[in-house]
Amino acid sequence: MSSNKETTVDFPQTENKKQILLQTQNLSLLVGERKLLSNISLTVSKGEIVTVIGPNGAGKTTLLRVLLGLIPANSGSIFKKPKLRIGYLPQKVSVDPILPLSVSRIMNLTGNFSSLQIENALEETGVDSLKNKPVFQLSGGEFQRVMLARALLRSPELLVLDEPVQGVDYMGESELYNLIGNLRKSHGCGVLMVSHDLHVVMASTDRVLCLNQHICCEGQPEDVSRHPEYLRLFGLDSGSALAIYSHHHDHTHHLSGDLQEE
Amino acid sequence: MMFLDDFFWRAVIAGMGVAIVAGPVGCFIVWRRMSYLGDTMAHSALLGVAFGIFLEVNLMLGVFVVSLTVAVLLFIFQRQKQLANDAVLGTLSHASLALGILLISLMVWVRIDLMGFLFGDILAVNLVDLYWIYGGGFLILLTLLWLWRPLLAITFDNELAQAEGVSVLRVQLVFMLLISAVIALSMKIIGILLVTSLLIIPVSAARRFSRTPEQMALGGIIIGMASVGLGLGASMQIDTPSGPLIVIAAALFFFAANLFPLRKF
Repeated sequence: MSSNKETTVDFPQTENKKQILLQTQNLSLLVGERKLLSNISLTVSKGEIVTVIGPNGAGKTTLLRVLLGLIPANSGSIFKKPKLRIGYLPQKVSVDPILPLSVSRIMNLTGNFSSLQIENALEETGVDSLKNKPVFQLSGGEFQRVMLARALLRSPELLVLDEPVQGVDYMGESELYNLIGNLRKSHGCGVLMVSHDLHVVMASTDRVLCLNQHICCEGQPEDVSRHPEYLRLFGLDSGSALAIYSHHHDHTHHLSGDLQEE
Repeated sequence: MMFLDDFFWRAVIAGMGVAIVAGPVGCFIVWRRMSYLGDTMAHSALLGVAFGIFLEVNLMLGVFVVSLTVAVLLFIFQRQKQLANDAVLGTLSHASLALGILLISLMVWVRIDLMGFLFGDILAVNLVDLYWIYGGGFLILLTLLWLWRPLLAITFDNELAQAEGVSVLRVQLVFMLLISAVIALSMKIIGILLVTSLLIIPVSAARRFSRTPEQMALGGIIIGMASVGLGLGASMQIDTPSGPLIVIAAALFFFAANLFPLRKF
């Protein structure tokens, strides 16, 4: 918590201000006595993938909700590019089999898109063959791809993705992250996403914010993965995840997970 | 119209009207998993009857106002998330039913057929009720038509709908208003304790044969009307309260429908 100075974000210079899609300054959210978000300053620019990581209960989803305007913040400011088009993929959408909805139908729940537009969007995420399938029969990966296609329909300038690989099998995870990376290129949009594990998103993100109510540390994924604040936050329960990058290790763990001096 | 002088045909016409409205509204109750909420609102209806008698206003109006009040109370409780939803529903449901029975029992100066209110009474439907059912029913369907898309969107996902510009709170409140209205209109035919069954059983049976939300609503209307017809006919034959027989007919449709495979696309 003593690293407040390190967490200050470098705000982009004024000359590329038009490239900024979303920027917050000292955003805080209090619910009752509990501080859910504290002094969050972040920036997402055009064509950039920013990933927010943090343990369960760190306030990742809450942060997205505040950014989307679903919950008002208590203090701080949010700047959005005027008329910013956002494509949103929320966490844990589940469809009960009692509701007979087809894929093409959920594409049009709040918009009026033509059959061709829907087909194109589904094709882009590789699920055009599922157009007439009932939603409750989709696998986790298929469903997330449909939801991504749904977000693309609004020709978004910013994609906001809350745990986009949840319910997706291990092989599908990196494919989905590749797809998100490709969409960023083909649509030139910015991406702000939430994830709970760094090692999978590492390859496909430009910048990582490590969140635990406040921003503990941020930067390039490789730097964050070595940052003491990051290790402290994840050291206790993700020793196995870090082991994949054993070449990064300059320390060892006790069985309890605490750092051990060498 | 001569046949409107016959209490049986009045009941049939009233019941058909109620089934037409119950189908589409019932769909959303099932999709949004609100059947226990519907139950709670219906149980509070007896309190509405008591107020209606006491204040000498139309009983349907009393029921509508009280069940809407209970719904809004529940809504506030839910948003505060202080207590388990289930516990709040159970408490309000039985407290309001008990209070209703108590008040009606205390009003010794009016002769009230409690059984009729609880389980439905086809003898009770008069011409004024028919105006209410068809006039009110028309308004309910019109409102639901206007609400259909946003309601479907928030049923799929609340937050997504909100992020895409649906005013979730308003849609939820208007929908509760619709449920209260349906309960008020159906009370005489099917009875307070059984009202929710007409909302959920026919549409659940229709799910088997439906590919779209609209087909399910339409199927619910058809199965609901058939249940009302069979139930009222049987009620006439064996001289019992109408509500239970309508529910049994609907349940038979439900079980029969479940012999068919779920319709794939």
